[in-house]
Amino acid sequence: MNVTFYMAAGVAVIATVFVVISLNAVHALLFFIVSLLATSLIFYILGAPFAAMLVIIINAGAIMVLFVFAIMILNLGPHVAEYERPSVQPRMWVFPVILALILVGEFVYVFIQHGAGAPTKGAVEAKEVGVALFGPYVLAVEMASMLLLAGLLGAYHLGPYAINPRGETE
Amino acid sequence: MASIPLEAGLLLAAVLFIIGLIGILIRRNILFILLSIEILLNASGLAFIVAGYHWNQPDGQVMFFFILTMAAAEVAIGLALALLMFHHFKTLNIDHLTRMRG
Repeated sequence: MNVTFYMAAGVAVIATVFVVISLNAVHALLFFIVSLLATSLIFYILGAPFAAMLVIIINAGAIMVLFVFAIMILNLGPHVAEYERPSVQPRMWVFPVILALILVGEFVYVFIQHGAGAPTKGAVEAKEVGVALFGPYVLAVEMASMLLLAGLLGAYHLGPYAINPRGETE
Repeated sequence: MASIPLEAGLLLAAVLFIIGLIGILIRRNILFILLSIEILLNASGLAFIVAGYHWNQPDGQVMFFFILTMAAAEVAIGLALALLMFHHFKTLNIDHLTRMRG
């Protein structure tokens, strides 16, 4: 189980790095889907089968399809890749990477200082998650539904202008 | 079942988060920035799942559910705004989108 976890973690990290450095938007999307599948496997290994299914259905299924639609509508050409090429050259990203490595170093330092508490291991099934969602967290579920409604209304109002900005078909 | 140490899971979440942060810092295309924000949200969700596994509680998955909801709403609005910007300015380049004055 440990070997599976570390292999999936490596796949997730490598695929995510390629998301950031790939010039073509569709290639980046495919790498991100690979990363999401690896993350889903990690969730399953970590005893969260409900979250693993949610990642595949919502993240890899719905959100990535939205991105594919946006890329199809925008029809990004080769000139975009040409413009982006300098930003993935080493002189552009070496400074952000140094800053990021400092953050990782701080994280490891905090862990070495404090350590982890006593673990209690085992899978948490979907039933327990559902009981928690509609028991103590029911108000937060209502707020999440209001957030989704706000997102729906926003997309509904922005959508016609985004597809056809001046109302030319009228 | 051999257990995964908490440090390994949280370190993976931190590394994924950092990669997404670097993506936001170095990319100039708004689509890639939205994709990097997705990476950030996924990494923070992974941290919640790891903590929920460590303490064997469903709360980690509950928080991941909320993060997923937020990501879905955010990406719908973000992509609609990106399409709108593309129609107004004929570019997705944030260097050229800095002149937003209403």
